[in-house]
Amino acid sequence: MSQTSIINDIIKEENLVYKRTPLLTQKTLSYCPGCGHGTTHRLIMEVIEEMDAQAETIGVAPVGCSVLAYEFMNIDMQQAAHGRAPSIATALKRLMPDKFIFTYQGDGDLAAIGTAETIHACNRGENFTIIFINNGIYGMTGGQMAPTTLPGMKSSTSPFGRDTSIMGNPLKITELVAQLPGTYFVTRQSVHTPANVRKAKKAIAKAFQYQKEKKGTTFVEIVSNCNSGWKMRPVQANKWMEENMFPFYPLGDIKDEGKLIVK
Amino acid sequence: MKGNEAFAEAAIRAGADAYFGYPITPQSEVLEYLMSQKPYETTGMVVLQAESEVSAINMCYGGAAAGRKVMTSSSSPGISLKQEGISYMAGAELPCLILNVTRGGPGLGTIQPSQSDYFQAVKGGGHGDYKLLVLAPASVQEMADFVGLAFELAFKYRNPVMILSDGIIGQMMEKVWFDEYKPRLTHEEIVKRYPWATTGKTPDRERNIITSLELDSGKQEIHNQKLQAKYKKMEEEEVRFEEYQTQDAEYLFVAFGSVARICKKAIDIARNQGIKVGLLRPITLFPFPKLKIRELAEKSKGILVVEMNAGQMIEDVLLSVGCQIKVEHYGRMGGIIPTPNEIVENLKTKIIGG
Repeated sequence: MSQTSIINDIIKEENLVYKRTPLLTQKTLSYCPGCGHGTTHRLIMEVIEEMDAQAETIGVAPVGCSVLAYEFMNIDMQQAAHGRAPSIATALKRLMPDKFIFTYQGDGDLAAIGTAETIHACNRGENFTIIFINNGIYGMTGGQMAPTTLPGMKSSTSPFGRDTSIMGNPLKITELVAQLPGTYFVTRQSVHTPANVRKAKKAIAKAFQYQKEKKGTTFVEIVSNCNSGWKMRPVQANKWMEENMFPFYPLGDIKDEGKLIVK
Repeated sequence: MKGNEAFAEAAIRAGADAYFGYPITPQSEVLEYLMSQKPYETTGMVVLQAESEVSAINMCYGGAAAGRKVMTSSSSPGISLKQEGISYMAGAELPCLILNVTRGGPGLGTIQPSQSDYFQAVKGGGHGDYKLLVLAPASVQEMADFVGLAFELAFKYRNPVMILSDGIIGQMMEKVWFDEYKPRLTHEEIVKRYPWATTGKTPDRERNIITSLELDSGKQEIHNQKLQAKYKKMEEEEVRFEEYQTQDAEYLFVAFGSVARICKKAIDIARNQGIKVGLLRPITLFPFPKLKIRELAEKSKGILVVEMNAGQMIEDVLLSVGCQIKVEHYGRMGGIIPTPNEIVENLKTKIIGG
């Protein structure tokens, strides 16, 4: 068989095992190759599709690399001022309690400029889902130090590595919000291997299910790479993430059913 | 009833969907009154004390983008904090009602009344080329009446509307008559009436996106031109003002809000002394009653602009006056309220004798 006929055979409808979810638009993703944003977008849209909730879901995009998330997600969306997505989501959920509301935020957005909004929305137990992408860097503005940048980690504003005696410590905001009575489900996942992608999807689906049951704030952190910001090739970035990010930001559930998980 | 309370009661009656606020003197009665009335149990109106003014205005953004009648209130330092969100709402073309019960600044300033946020209110306030529709109440009655009007204008133009009040009007107690209760719109009515709102993408329409971002400069310029055309339409259709004893006036006061009321008393005093003076009170500060001022200036010998600031609205008066007459300013600052006698004296020294 020639190569063309092999491909033609593969793309036959009956052989199709993987296709674009209809809740993602046809627009080409603006993210760098190897970035976790695209995978996470897809997971959220798959969950919404499987819950048959396109008409029932409103998303809030942040400022950062995913500022244009609304270009890719085929649902009603709002774009928030930097760090303010939890405030917007608060109003949306209170005014439309039966809709699914989620924010999609990066580490600078959620854990630096938007810390107050994040903490207070979680503390009030606002019944929406926060998807938090933590790649330890400001990707969109060109690789500056983030609140989650690791000690010693190089960025354009910590060119000799993060010196915690001068620049302060990385903020484990996920552990912090888990302490608040308003959060019901807090988990940390990654999307860098197929197994992790499956786990992350389950976590997002669980968060949405809890939201449906009006349990309180659900918070899903995705530890992700930023090969451009980290100045690494995608595979190298994933390896670096496993070796450096995961020891500091360990994966797994931190709180479930409103109770901290003791390890 | 206090002006702040009248504003809050009028909001419930106007069918407001949500109020988001944060305590600051001299406007905290708005939130206090709403919490005491529990509209969330009667009309279903959401009332929430936010963690900051920044958060409150962004809650307004979220609610407005879902086609809801949302509102917030604050006083000067808090309004400064809201400016980012107000700019985003102007850019994303969202309707919202914002009350500023102005106090003296700059900085933490004073809790006493002032009109020193005029520039901030009428010239934009936040970043970018935009305007708010600005209404200036001069009585407790107008604190109530302007709520319904502000919502109507906000949705008509899909633009934030500011009620620029001050600590006098907010704290002052007067009799007030309210409109009948207007029911809140249902979700279905909102979906039908505001097809742009993010109410959930149904199969019968494309997804709705509320954003102020447009990275393509060409498209961003077109968006700006559209906004400017909207502001021009406001200037053509929404100018509101009050005239007082201007018929035979040789001199003119121009004043807004509480100071306009003090000017009315000053007019009585001056007329008793044989000085024919009248008042033009702009009710909309943007759009500004340029043409009316130009017309009145033609038949006046001089204009005294009286404000509780260092001279802000006078710039718009000077831009409006087409002829060579004397235009002077009299202002008090830092929370000091001018007396009618002071105003008459300044009319004599700065305009008549000067």
